[in-house]
Amino acid sequence: MASSMLSLASASPSASLSMHDTLKGKVRLGSGNLTAWFHKEKSNPFINTKSSGRISMAVAVNVSRFEGITMAPPDPILGVSEAFKADNDEKKLNLGVGAYRTEELQPYVLNVVKKAENLMLERGEYKEYLPIEGLAAFNKVTAELLLGADNTVIKQQRVATVQGLSGTGSLRLAAALIERYFPGAKVLISSPTWGNHKNIFNDARVPWSEYRYYDPKTVGLDFEGMIADLKAAPEGSFILLHGCAHNPTGIDPTPEQWEKIADVIQEKNHIPFFDVAYQGFASGSLDADAASVRLFAARGMELLVAQSYSKNLGLYAERIGAINVICSSVDAAARVKSQLKRLARPMYSNPPVHGARIVANVVGDPTLFDEWKAEMDMMAGRIKGVRQKLFDSLSAKDKSGKDWSFILKQIGMFSFTGLNKAQSENMTNKWHVYMTKDGRISLAGLNLAKCEYLADAIVDSYHNVS
Amino acid sequence: MAFTTAMACRLIGRKSVIGARSMSSWWRNVEPAPKDPILGVTEAFLADPSPDKVNVGVGAYRDDNGKPVVLECVREAERRIAGKLNMEYLPMGGSVKMVEETLKLAYGENSEFIKDKRIAAVQSLSGTGACRLFADFQKRFSPDSQIYIPVPTWANHHNIWRDAQVPQRTYHYYHPESRGLNFAALMDDIKNAPNGSFILLHACAHNPTGVDPSEEEWREISHLFKFQVKNHFAFFDMAYQGFASGDPERDAKSIRIFLEDGHHIGIAQSYAKNMGLYGQRVGCLSVLCENEKQAVAVKSQLQQLARPMYSNPPVHGALIVSTILGDPDLKKLWLKEVKVMADRIISMRASLRENLEKLGSPLSWKHITKQIGMFCYSGMTPEQVDRLTKEYHIYMTRNGRISMAGITTGNVGYLANAIHEVTKSA
Repeated sequence: MASSMLSLASASPSASLSMHDTLKGKVRLGSGNLTAWFHKEKSNPFINTKSSGRISMAVAVNVSRFEGITMAPPDPILGVSEAFKADNDEKKLNLGVGAYRTEELQPYVLNVVKKAENLMLERGEYKEYLPIEGLAAFNKVTAELLLGADNTVIKQQRVATVQGLSGTGSLRLAAALIERYFPGAKVLISSPTWGNHKNIFNDARVPWSEYRYYDPKTVGLDFEGMIADLKAAPEGSFILLHGCAHNPTGIDPTPEQWEKIADVIQEKNHIPFFDVAYQGFASGSLDADAASVRLFAARGMELLVAQSYSKNLGLYAERIGAINVICSSVDAAARVKSQLKRLARPMYSNPPVHGARIVANVVGDPTLFDEWKAEMDMMAGRIKGVRQKLFDSLSAKDKSGKDWSFILKQIGMFSFTGLNKAQSENMTNKWHVYMTKDGRISLAGLNLAKCEYLADAIVDSYHNVS
Repeated sequence: MAFTTAMACRLIGRKSVIGARSMSSWWRNVEPAPKDPILGVTEAFLADPSPDKVNVGVGAYRDDNGKPVVLECVREAERRIAGKLNMEYLPMGGSVKMVEETLKLAYGENSEFIKDKRIAAVQSLSGTGACRLFADFQKRFSPDSQIYIPVPTWANHHNIWRDAQVPQRTYHYYHPESRGLNFAALMDDIKNAPNGSFILLHACAHNPTGVDPSEEEWREISHLFKFQVKNHFAFFDMAYQGFASGDPERDAKSIRIFLEDGHHIGIAQSYAKNMGLYGQRVGCLSVLCENEKQAVAVKSQLQQLARPMYSNPPVHGALIVSTILGDPDLKKLWLKEVKVMADRIISMRASLRENLEKLGSPLSWKHITKQIGMFCYSGMTPEQVDRLTKEYHIYMTRNGRISMAGITTGNVGYLANAIHEVTKSA
């Protein structure tokens, strides 16, 4: 709000004000805009004898320039955790946001991370600005982790890697690059996909459309539909693919299906754009989880890959990730990197150092790296164990003969249960199980002890609610 | 471009690696970006093998040995937080505790606006992130407005509002002849800006000139905002609170004047310099609203803008800040350390000026001690700067801006001599 002071001496000719009118706050000015902003109750007369030596009447009126700003809707994912916190029932279960929990349902800081942080503390490193593209040591290890240290594209220096603000920030940089250099090009995103993908492309002003992905009938991949939609898309579209552990469905293409997807993308001259948020977390093996990306790179394709260390190194709040652009030449990679920097500079200047150092220390040190692999295996293993127990419980409790094996086939942190909105709401309202309305549950928030309870809730919601 | 490549692909008809390489890349139209004028200086400096090299380019504080400094209070805070807390996502608006403490610094310890919950505030990615978030907010909710930026200003301001697609204009600020403030022209430009313009102001220690309005001049600027039918919005970029005079309260004077006069302002704050947390990217964006309800709505919209940019801000630096500011002893220590940094800068200003005058320079160097904060606008031309770099291995931005933080008792003589050499025939 600005307190608008009207100086009579400089008022426009069409405004003729009497002292009386001014004091009552009923003022009409030549400028149409201002009349809409007056609040009748608030006017303070002032006498201004400044600068030009003229005496002018001044009236303070309260105008709010933020009058029209409405409350933004709560975030569909983060709002779940808030609702969970407010629930006092002891049976409550938070299967909302994708953050890993231990069997005791506590957050988990990896041991390798604690070790790395202590190392960093001992070294007493400086807190100077990183270069715009981020920590060099981090950029090196992150590309190697993704593609394999001996990958041709790395040896040939054809990867432009820029440290980004976790997955979100890396995706946003890529989106901004697309907007600037491929104006009008579309991004195709899976139906469904992580909720924030749409927001990112919207705010970056990149048009998008969906390709079929999830088949509710089979609770599996609608492969035919996906291929058809990729074929139908205009040549040179960007295809957003989840490298592994698709969010929210947990449904990944098989290796054969990946080959066919790559065929179509090459045929149509689309550009593959991978979001890799769960490398290591899906199968427990870092290399296996990167197979899809490596397949595409091995074909000599140019591609974009966003990475995140939020889940696999538990570095959620440190916001550490990277955008990689694999190009067909060293020169192209250098140019692309320079332009990514140019986009990052007016966004945040340079990325935060702490998370980058942790990753560089863990991934760049053979001992810590091995320890990390073991911890990752443990985390992924816990999820697999929970999947198995949940499946067993459901099979035992549900006498309808429904096939629940999709729970075992799905991969990663999430499971798309196939529950609809009303059924998901029943889960929450009757059973105090918090999840997103699309039927997605985060298995990272489930432990063995609660599998039976959850199975009861799912069976009840599925069969007794429509 | 994509279609030409597509045609080429079809003609050649191969999917092999060789094929992909010989046909042009998707990125053929991507030109190499020009080097960032400020950060590019440091890159060049690092690449220089000369033992005499001096970096007075980027605005990062150095001690008298030319070394980066991590404040004691920061080290202590880090010891306290290391390995203790989990790294769960912060809320989209960042660390509540950090934001609370940060608002006190800008608005006053006992600010009624804080008590009345009228400030919409979110943790941001340092000053840059705060400015960018605000620029995006401005674009979304005041789509017809423009931003007025002083001449000169930190180069990245132009990038920020441009990438946010907010049209920009400039207003007079620096007066080359006096190496001071062009106050009359500044007032004119603000007066003549169209109704409802957004005006970017440096709260203290103007970057790159070091030229600040006096307290009286700030009052007049505030008065101008108030007594004209303009409805301008004042947006303060405060990157150097504490760094300018050594006293954070004093450095916030311009903001306090505007608040007293009833303006509803926006502020970008940064801990990069005053807490030495450069690479941690910690800052805060705040917008003073009419009432609590509005503040809640505005905050929700700021979060909505942050979500598709980075989801939620980084925790580490925020924890350091809230640990320090939340502990009275650590806060005292911090205030002491900020004053030490500011005092060193002030003494280097005096020293540089003395040296130049002793060398018998024909020019006036009074402005070195009159200007305030990390930077000094020397008045040197790009050509003179180039000579400094080529002949003396002194690195600075070509607008003649000297980062005082890079000057030490060890190099001030060398620097003064070099400056004298390239300017004496000016």
